[in-house]
Amino acid sequence: MMMAYLALAAILFSIGMFGVLTRRNAVGILMSLELMFNAVNINLVTFNKFVAPEVLTGQIFAVFVVVVAAAEAVVGLAIVLLLYRNWQGIDIDKINIMKW
Amino acid sequence: MLETSYLIPFYPLLAFAVIIFFTRWNEKVSTYISIAAVLIGLLHSIGVLIAMIARHGTPLEMIAPFVVHPQLKLEVGVWIDPLTAVMLVVVTFVSSCVQIYSIGYMHGDPRVSRFFSYLSLFTFSMLGLVVANNFFMIFIFWELVGLTSYLLIGFWFEKKSASDAGKKAFITNRVGDFGFLIGIMLLAFYAGTVNYQEVFAKINEGAIPSGILSVAAVCLFCGAVGKSAQFPLHVWLPDAMEGPTPVSALIHAATMVAAGVYMVARGMTVFSASAEASMVIAIIGIITSLMAATIALVQNDIKRVLAYSTCSQLGYMVMALGLYGVDYAHHHHSVGYYAGTFHLMTHAFFKALLFLGAGSVIHAVHTNDIWEMGGLKGKMRVTTVTFFIASLSIAGIFPLSGFWSKDEIIAATVGHPVFMVLALLIAFMTAFYMFRLCFLTFTGEPRNQDKYHHAHESPKTMTYPLIALAFLSITAGWVGIPWFENGFSHFVYHGELHEHHPSLLIMFASTVVALSGIYLAYLVYHKKAISADALRMRFLPLHTVLYNKYYIDEIYEYLIIQPTMAFARGLWWFDAHIIDGLVNFTGWLTVKWSDLKQLFDVYIVDGAVNGVGRLFMVLSWIFRYFQTGRVQFYALVVVASAVGVVIFKVTPEGFYYYLGGVLVIAFVSLFLRQNRSEEVDLTRQSEG
Repeated sequence: MMMAYLALAAILFSIGMFGVLTRRNAVGILMSLELMFNAVNINLVTFNKFVAPEVLTGQIFAVFVVVVAAAEAVVGLAIVLLLYRNWQGIDIDKINIMKW
Repeated sequence: MLETSYLIPFYPLLAFAVIIFFTRWNEKVSTYISIAAVLIGLLHSIGVLIAMIARHGTPLEMIAPFVVHPQLKLEVGVWIDPLTAVMLVVVTFVSSCVQIYSIGYMHGDPRVSRFFSYLSLFTFSMLGLVVANNFFMIFIFWELVGLTSYLLIGFWFEKKSASDAGKKAFITNRVGDFGFLIGIMLLAFYAGTVNYQEVFAKINEGAIPSGILSVAAVCLFCGAVGKSAQFPLHVWLPDAMEGPTPVSALIHAATMVAAGVYMVARGMTVFSASAEASMVIAIIGIITSLMAATIALVQNDIKRVLAYSTCSQLGYMVMALGLYGVDYAHHHHSVGYYAGTFHLMTHAFFKALLFLGAGSVIHAVHTNDIWEMGGLKGKMRVTTVTFFIASLSIAGIFPLSGFWSKDEIIAATVGHPVFMVLALLIAFMTAFYMFRLCFLTFTGEPRNQDKYHHAHESPKTMTYPLIALAFLSITAGWVGIPWFENGFSHFVYHGELHEHHPSLLIMFASTVVALSGIYLAYLVYHKKAISADALRMRFLPLHTVLYNKYYIDEIYEYLIIQPTMAFARGLWWFDAHIIDGLVNFTGWLTVKWSDLKQLFDVYIVDGAVNGVGRLFMVLSWIFRYFQTGRVQFYALVVVASAVGVVIFKVTPEGFYYYLGGVLVIAFVSLFLRQNRSEEVDLTRQSEG
């Protein structure tokens, strides 16, 4: 039973990672990032339930991750907003001023 | 007077300094300063002479220490004895006459002040030489008179012959001075002192080995040979006649050339301690005298005749002193010492007069060649009369001063028959060549009407000194009349005082010889009873040899000067090619070596530095592609790395395949993306 959860988490994580690495839209990247966070959350809850059900450490940790993810999304969206203002767009490929 | 006698040399020295430093621009003031200084010196010297007579010739020595060392004591001091006193008067008197005469003679010369400053310097040097009380001081002043002689011979240095003559005089003198210095050092080494009296005392004690003493005496005499123009170093004196005539009179007739004779007289104790050395001196003296007299017979330059005459007379004195030394060493007592010094004094007066008279003639006719003169007696009365007086004096005619001193010299040859015959022969030749000069110059028909026409008597500043010297040429000898009590011979003597008995026979012989010489000259050059040309043709080879001065200058030229020059040229070649070559080669080598080092610098050191730079440049060309600026690429790297770590943990071998694959994909995709990437237009940023 546990393997199914872990598989779900892995698939979700991979989908998120693929999104992060391939999306050109900054907002899409942030959304994919949320997927990865949630994959991690699923993992945490799964291990809590199947490895140490007597404590709630994993679930509490998941709640923290949700909070941190929300804060991170705020920061990310603020950066995206600034990007939009400066470049009139949010295409990540076009924003390469960190190049050599 | 005696106590302040050390001041005498300082008067002219002061004049020299004042002229050189202050009054050089004003000829008149310079002239008067110089003459005033020497006149004060003359008065002081006369005072010293009188004081010396008054104290019956007791010597006086004043000493100031100069260098005090256990092995050698050098001092500055004054030694006043009758010989010094007489020499002081002679030097200052002749110098006074010559300086007054020079007012007229040097009139119009561009360097009159300098001339008088040199004369003052010379007078200082000569007086210093005379009063010196040790060999160290006499050597210093000896060199100083040599220097002033050089300066004055080359006074008209625009003339090459004059500057050459100056050099010749200086260098020839240096040859003799070298011997002089060695002699002094020998004496100083063996006696431990250079003071005359202390050295003489050591010699009389027998503290110096006789062999050393002979060598030292001959070495000392070398100095006299140079300075007094004795054979074989006489060659400079005739050439020295290139100098102004007053200089010839003062330096090269009356005083400086007498320094050698004076030194021999002063150091007689050294010379007379060795019969061999004294014999050398006497022989050199007679050779010089004979040679110079024979050359003087045929010379045509009025000053050269006088120069050879000077040479001859100096040889006479040297011979007398040398013979005295020989006799003294054999415990006889001859009149040689007194004769030499006496003749030194009388000769100074009449030879200075002869030169000044010759100068007067040259001043009038502007030539030195006696064959262009003649008949001047009508135009130059004072010069003619004084010149004849001097000639009679040098020829030794009673009762002029030369008669008394020359007699004593001939008397000194008693006991040396060869010397006596030669001395009489020289006396004969002296009379002959002097009157040849007189007759050719002053009597007969003028041979060059043009020059005769312009001739005139010299100004008073020139004739008065002639008269003063003529007076002394007559009377100076009277102090030595042998019948006088307390005459010259009782005043200036060496060792113990000895009575000398005058010899009427010698007086008679010398007078006959002199008169016959004059008569022969009269016949040949005045009456023309004997043709001079016929005589010359008769003795043509002899005449040629004499006219060319025995070819001694030529012999020196080929034996000494040419080899020296060749040697010098060889050394020059060595210098220019070997020494310079070595230096240049070293320089060349250094340049080449530095070129090599430059190569090392450029290619190795710079290469290393640049190579490091280039290496990083190349590396940066590669690694810059990692800095794509695309955040997603960075994320991909992070992910790939994380995956790599996991794979490494699971299967280390598989990790390498993974790594290789990742890198290949990464580079390929990077290059592909690079080519189609669009640059961001940064200008839009500033617009926003």
